[in-house]
Amino acid sequence: MADRTLRVCALYPDLMNIYADRGNLLLLERRCAWRGIGFAVTAAGIGDAVDPDAHDLYYLGGGQDRDQMLCAQDLVEVKRDALHAAAARDAVLLAVCGGYQLLGHSYALGDEEIPGVGLVDLRTVRADGPRLIGNVAIEVDLPGLGGPRVLAGFENHGGRTRLGPGERPLGRVLRGHGNDGHSGHEGVRRGNVIGTYLHGPLLPKNAWFADWLIGRALGLAEPLDPLDDALEEAAHAGARRAAGV
Amino acid sequence: MSPLRTTIAGGAARAAGGLSRLAGRGGTSLPGKVLLRGDPRAIERLGARLAHGSAVISATNGKTTTAALAAGILERHGERLVHNRAGANMAGGVAAALLHGDGELGLFEVDEFWLDQVVGALRPRATLLGNLFRDQLDRYGELETIADRWAAVAAGGAAGRLVLNADDPSVADLGRDHADALLYGIEDDSVALAEMQHASDATHCRRCGAPYDYEVHHLGHLGRYRCPRCGARRPDPHVRASAIELHGFDGSRFTLGLPDGEAEVAFPLPGLYNLYNALGAAALAHALGVPLATIAAGLEEGQAAFGRGERVAVAGAEALILLVKNPAGANGVLQTLAREAGPLRLLAVLNDQIADGRDVSWIWDADFDLLAGRVAQVTCSGTRAPEMALRLKYAGVPVERIAVEPDLARALDAAAAGAAGGRLYALPTYTAMLALRELLVARGAAEDSFA
Repeated sequence: MADRTLRVCALYPDLMNIYADRGNLLLLERRCAWRGIGFAVTAAGIGDAVDPDAHDLYYLGGGQDRDQMLCAQDLVEVKRDALHAAAARDAVLLAVCGGYQLLGHSYALGDEEIPGVGLVDLRTVRADGPRLIGNVAIEVDLPGLGGPRVLAGFENHGGRTRLGPGERPLGRVLRGHGNDGHSGHEGVRRGNVIGTYLHGPLLPKNAWFADWLIGRALGLAEPLDPLDDALEEAAHAGARRAAGV
Repeated sequence: MSPLRTTIAGGAARAAGGLSRLAGRGGTSLPGKVLLRGDPRAIERLGARLAHGSAVISATNGKTTTAALAAGILERHGERLVHNRAGANMAGGVAAALLHGDGELGLFEVDEFWLDQVVGALRPRATLLGNLFRDQLDRYGELETIADRWAAVAAGGAAGRLVLNADDPSVADLGRDHADALLYGIEDDSVALAEMQHASDATHCRRCGAPYDYEVHHLGHLGRYRCPRCGARRPDPHVRASAIELHGFDGSRFTLGLPDGEAEVAFPLPGLYNLYNALGAAALAHALGVPLATIAAGLEEGQAAFGRGERVAVAGAEALILLVKNPAGANGVLQTLAREAGPLRLLAVLNDQIADGRDVSWIWDADFDLLAGRVAQVTCSGTRAPEMALRLKYAGVPVERIAVEPDLARALDAAAAGAAGGRLYALPTYTAMLALRELLVARGAAEDSFA
């Protein structure tokens, strides 16, 4: 596998990074390196064009309101077509928290409406109620894993996200709030386009999911070589315990 | 509300303080909470009795240390202080200090989110605002929410003279309409970082939104900055540190510049982050009328606040307790650690109680990578011990040098045994620091900060 390289495009890493999003990229990088898989990351900031064919995985993290608004504008004006083309060729697109909210049609904050890139059919509304904050665990059923698995993390969002009728959530809420606090849905997944409110960050708490993403992004038929994951599994168990699962 | 009501509420509150101290630790804010329940205007009423008025300190990082340094200077100047020394810094803690205190000048560190209420009630002579970094987002929300609240405090007219860190753009900008604001900053490019750290938050101009250009970075987004679009720039500080020599955990030497002159200072607290605390304390003392010589002497005698660079002998090792609670604060400690010679022995304790932040994601924003290749042994403990260990693994610390022991007493024993004859650096989060000190107090190694 030495000739393989995971090519990552990090979208707005200087602005959309509020919940330690770089921890997600670090997991991908190290877990590739330990297996002799190359790792290359390209940052795409405001105004930068994105090449839809040059990357295996596109990552979009969370940001503060003002930064999220700046990035939303740029996503729609500069990067939308490229991201649609990348998704059409089954590149992996992982969007977390504020990034997840930009995957759909729109994010309404009172009188303002932030546009989304429309990769999936969902809408987000900032509700008057409290922010949805806390440890969270969800059950996901992903292709190639032979059964359901648990993702654990932390959520902290004011927006409530509703999926359109044809859209499937990433998982079912075991503990925590999920997309809107009552649907029992968490996140969204359409093929390799994945959105979730789980940060914490997500991949350090769920190293198995990092491996699943690497495999999907590289289009591997066989599973990745196993690693010594004793600490990864202990951290995953700790995050599950914190969520009460 | 009558004075009698304050008296009665005060009696109930003092009783609550006694009971909670008997029950164990803390006991510093409960009587204040009881007092405020009986008399919501107690801070205003008790604060008005302070013959020399009061001063307030807030910041994401360094509140307790800055207040301790300012207290040392002010006491040397002859002031008798009412001071929330143990760091209980919400309204209850301030009220409790006022209730129990006996002095003429109030000196209060105040939580970022309680600043507007406490300033409104106290109407201090001066308010020191040190820095704004991303903190525990599950508790405090976004940085800009706090920046907006602080802007309202600065504009509100109750804060007295503003004492501001010129090197933090979101803090310095609060002084833009205050000609008498007193600014402090570092004027020595030799201590600059090669590049901006990841945990930098106020990277865009508060006035026009364009990204700042930085000439120099010191710590996170602290440095010398300029907005290329609207021209807003780091203001020239009135209180300055220059000719800085950093001596790791043995402190630093620098030239302190004040409007009334300059002095050489041998400052005992570690790291550039504490130099910012020293400058803040010096500026605040200057704003309160303390002469240069007294300020310089006070800084030279400065002592670490409990758990913030505190040194404790434990089982044949010297333990240095270095509170870490958010990325920027942790980076200040990690930068200083990385400058130490020789392999490091560490005890890293990660808790996820409410006071720590339930969300532990911040450890992935802190630059633990600075320790790669430097760690001889690290024992990870606390309620989220495995995640701490995982962070260090991905920072490049070899797994065979990482031990996980969730039980704090056992972790301390193991870490101290490994560091016998040398130094153990303990990096606890807030509740972990309290628990660690409690263990050390029980073993007679540390002083009870709440006694």
